[in-house]
Amino acid sequence: MQTRNINLTINGKKYELVVDVRQSLLELLRERGYTSVKQGCGVGECGACTVLVDNVAVDSCLYLAVWADNTTIRTAEGECRDGKLSPVQEAYMEAGAVQCGFCTPGLIMATTAFVEENKGKTLSRQEMKKAHAGNLCRCTGYQTIINAAEEALKK
Amino acid sequence: MFPIENYHYATSVEDAVQHLAAYEGTKILAGGTDVLVRLHEGKSGYGHLIDINGLDELKTISMDESGTIFIGSRATFTEIITNDIISRNVPMLAQSLLTIGGPQVRNTGTMGGNICNGAVSADSACAALVYEFDLQIQGTEGERRESIHGFHTGPGRTILQQGDLLKSFVIRPENYTDFKASYIKYAMRGAMDIATIGCGAAIKMHGEEVETFKLAFTVAAPTPIRCPTAEKTMKGAVISEESLKRLADAVAADVKPRTSWRASKEFRLHIIRTLAKKVTRQAVDNQGGTC
Repeated sequence: MQTRNINLTINGKKYELVVDVRQSLLELLRERGYTSVKQGCGVGECGACTVLVDNVAVDSCLYLAVWADNTTIRTAEGECRDGKLSPVQEAYMEAGAVQCGFCTPGLIMATTAFVEENKGKTLSRQEMKKAHAGNLCRCTGYQTIINAAEEALKK
Repeated sequence: MFPIENYHYATSVEDAVQHLAAYEGTKILAGGTDVLVRLHEGKSGYGHLIDINGLDELKTISMDESGTIFIGSRATFTEIITNDIISRNVPMLAQSLLTIGGPQVRNTGTMGGNICNGAVSADSACAALVYEFDLQIQGTEGERRESIHGFHTGPGRTILQQGDLLKSFVIRPENYTDFKASYIKYAMRGAMDIATIGCGAAIKMHGEEVETFKLAFTVAAPTPIRCPTAEKTMKGAVISEESLKRLADAVAADVKPRTSWRASKEFRLHIIRTLAKKVTRQAVDNQGGTC
């Protein structure tokens, strides 16, 4: 088994790990209890495994764990601080953008990256849809998700 | 776990080239949006990997005093799209890359991978062909520069030999200065889809007349192609319904579309003729996108 030593920060907590080079970041995160990160398709089509690597949204299923060396990872459970939801999480709740919930953590992270990049800008709904094109949801029909993104951008 | 049998994390370009040349069948791992998908699917031939993700020198996007643009092979689609040098000088490249996958895929996928995997549908290929990219390649014998013309040799095939590593794309100023360009991707969906047909054009006007015209297609032949017959009909022409009709008629001689589950040969030919006209108008207006 080939391994590499990596240092990374997950939701503010520092880790020094020896990781199997064959492991995905998705597997690494779930093994350590960050189970908001879901495996859906495993090939980068559904976005359920979306996390932020140095504030950039990536599909953690298509990301080797060794690439996370010297990075800061954010997952949905880390967005809630001191029992308080993040503005994006709050917006999802208010908009009723959650049904079965499987896609929600990935979508929360996609919206979080989108909102942080576009703070203060006025964007069309079409632009918001494009920013969420990498995430599938089979329950909501997406309208409430885009409503949530729209509200989160204003917060 | 990905079924990786042998893995090497390259520490320099030379180190990557040495390891690539040493084991036949070794593949380069860059953004992973193709290679890791193949591995996940259990496809053979991807077990031996050289990971180039430590080579930060391959991420640079720059321009020298002569106006020549260099794009590192490892620059992600998002890094290229959001780069000022790109949006100011070769905006059609950014426009093309925005049609790829979704945000997460564009945040990790690289243009080096898009061109080197030899995909017939590569969304960066039309831009590469009309802006006449050169490719700076490091091989076992040293460094060399190849043209994008002739780089693709068939579906999934390129001129790259075992031991070759693409370092950067080079765009010379004469190939973008005073050109207006556009790209249209025809696909079933507006995102997360592969082109049924991709079409790019670059046009340089002299007053009302076309001075230079370049037209490229993906998925219209076994490799991405330029269209010499169609391009000739536009030389000295004024953009009009008539000249665009001549263009659409001539383009059939340049393409060789095939039937696949995505579209029939006849439908592809129809899209090709329609897009040739549409992309030319858009290039003149300097707009574009997906359709």
